[in-house]
Amino acid sequence: MDIAALYERMYFIRRFEETLLDLFAQGKLAGTTHTYIGQEANAVGIIDHLEPERDVVFSNHRCHGHYLAFTDDAFGLLSEVLGKATGTCGGKGGSQHLCKGNFYSNGVLGSIVPVATGIGLAEKRKGTGAISTVFLGDGALGEGVTYESLNMASLWKLPVLFVVENNFYAQSTPIELELAGSIPARGAAFGIEVAELDTTDVAEIHGAARRAVTRIRETGEPYFLVLHTYRFSPHSKGDDNRDPAEIEERRKRDPLKIAGERLEPAEREALEARAEKRLAETVEAAEAAPAATPEAA
Amino acid sequence: MSGAASGHAGQKRCAQVLNEALHEIFDERADVYVLGEDVLDPYGGAFKVTQGLSDRFPERVLTTPISEGGMFGVAAGMSLRGLRPILEIMFGDFIALGFDQIVNGISKFREMYDDQVEVPLVVRTPMGGRRGYGPTHSQSLEKLLLGVPNICVVAASECHDLGSLLRNAVDDERPVFFVENKLLYGRVNRRPEDGHVGELGLRESAGPYPALSFSGTDFSEGVATIVTYGGMVPIVLEAATDLILEHEIFCEVVALSQLLPMELEPVLESVARTGALVTVEEGTLTGGFGAEIAARVSEQAWSDLRRPVQRVAARDGIIPSARPLEDAMLPGVGDVVDAIVALEGVRS
Repeated sequence: MDIAALYERMYFIRRFEETLLDLFAQGKLAGTTHTYIGQEANAVGIIDHLEPERDVVFSNHRCHGHYLAFTDDAFGLLSEVLGKATGTCGGKGGSQHLCKGNFYSNGVLGSIVPVATGIGLAEKRKGTGAISTVFLGDGALGEGVTYESLNMASLWKLPVLFVVENNFYAQSTPIELELAGSIPARGAAFGIEVAELDTTDVAEIHGAARRAVTRIRETGEPYFLVLHTYRFSPHSKGDDNRDPAEIEERRKRDPLKIAGERLEPAEREALEARAEKRLAETVEAAEAAPAATPEAA
Repeated sequence: MSGAASGHAGQKRCAQVLNEALHEIFDERADVYVLGEDVLDPYGGAFKVTQGLSDRFPERVLTTPISEGGMFGVAAGMSLRGLRPILEIMFGDFIALGFDQIVNGISKFREMYDDQVEVPLVVRTPMGGRRGYGPTHSQSLEKLLLGVPNICVVAASECHDLGSLLRNAVDDERPVFFVENKLLYGRVNRRPEDGHVGELGLRESAGPYPALSFSGTDFSEGVATIVTYGGMVPIVLEAATDLILEHEIFCEVVALSQLLPMELEPVLESVARTGALVTVEEGTLTGGFGAEIAARVSEQAWSDLRRPVQRVAARDGIIPSARPLEDAMLPGVGDVVDAIVALEGVRS
């Protein structure tokens, strides 16, 4: 595990998302976005084990972190969110509806889970050895189709990695008002191997993800990885009514802080400077890119 | 001229034709899969259309849990990754469980991902009543699909080349909803002989999902056009024959098989000759097939119309289980005849 590389990826995602919120504040972005601030260790720790040329990722409305970790295509994402013709989907998809290579995302909760299951089925039948990874949150556990998918993935022994990022809120609704019972038991009930982590330490997540990916590669069967996490940012933009004290308490477990403390200060500064430079160049290029127009479409 | 009586000797029943087409498709294409409830042999599907497939292709026929929403998503995922799933939804009523996948996934992926993907898949499903199955197993819900952009809706009738329609649906790069009226399965696939089906002359439009145009008078002298599809086709043909024999009224009948994108040209051509249009569908009246046709023909052929477009459809209500109540709910031969006879000026 290259902690420096993981840190740089997490840092870049963090700063990318903060930049999006800034651009919104400046009125340069329209529409909506759901930032991944606070959850970066999940995407980075898991996706480091996937092969973008072979494996498939299906993500949800909060997909920027997964997209950047899997494709490293910051310009395509930023220009997509900015409504530019150079966006990964030509400006048609926007923040929640991305597609590049083996990466897909869609904006209806739960809706992506059977699609990812079907992808696992296709890859298994084609004999590619690919893993279909789907990211869902605690909110998507309220959707019935999620359970239909767990059932089929287990029944048909499909190579699907279900990652539940429990950030304890479904938009503004705290988990105690939206979810009964146990999250890991939901996977276990379908006979799927489960791992549960309550950490924001990318090293721990990286290790758990290695075990999950290795198991799926060996068995060809599904795996249910539960990660308890937290988002520091609002659900989308200004819609945050959580207790600020709660958020401050959680910031003590900021994944950047935990990983950053393991780096030499000089190395950390250099990585951050490199990420900042890349981000600034990306913003400049995306802002300069031509807007998506009906003619171009 | 009712279907069973006028079936040509040697012609096969529609379920068998569809079944044979599936076998041929599986022989020809290794990327085609069937998913559905109870599709395995020896059962072979609730209407027996998949019979024999799982014995021959066990790896490519998947019997599923009763999870229609999930099945639509699974089919979408398979399609995104290069396979060609044929999803059998046991009763058309159950597509309601898949609407999120249809509206927010299957129909959207290609365009919202900027043409980076295609979603070729076929959803085969029986629609329609007249079997006493009651409110949730008898509906014709295809009209709900007609407002969904970027999908293709095909409705087979017993006069169409059913095998060709199904093969073309599987070869299509778009998501295709392939609607099979339940009564179709047991009826003979009445293909034309010498350009006729029964006493009626027939023209077939080009394309993968042709429209069939029928006339008893060689496409002249018709005073009204009746446009319909699917399970209403034999009923409308019977009505057209009754109108000739009992009222001396000659109509042209257009039986579409491609409902979406709507194929209007054969309808417009016929209306240009007849000057009147009646739409006939088994689904409920409001917001349906007939409403869309009426709007489009009014926009495009107002000057050809001598009188307002009329619609024949099911009453806006449930389909009751008891047969006399069901019969009263669904449009029949008499309703079509009445609608034509009532057209102002049609009886000269």
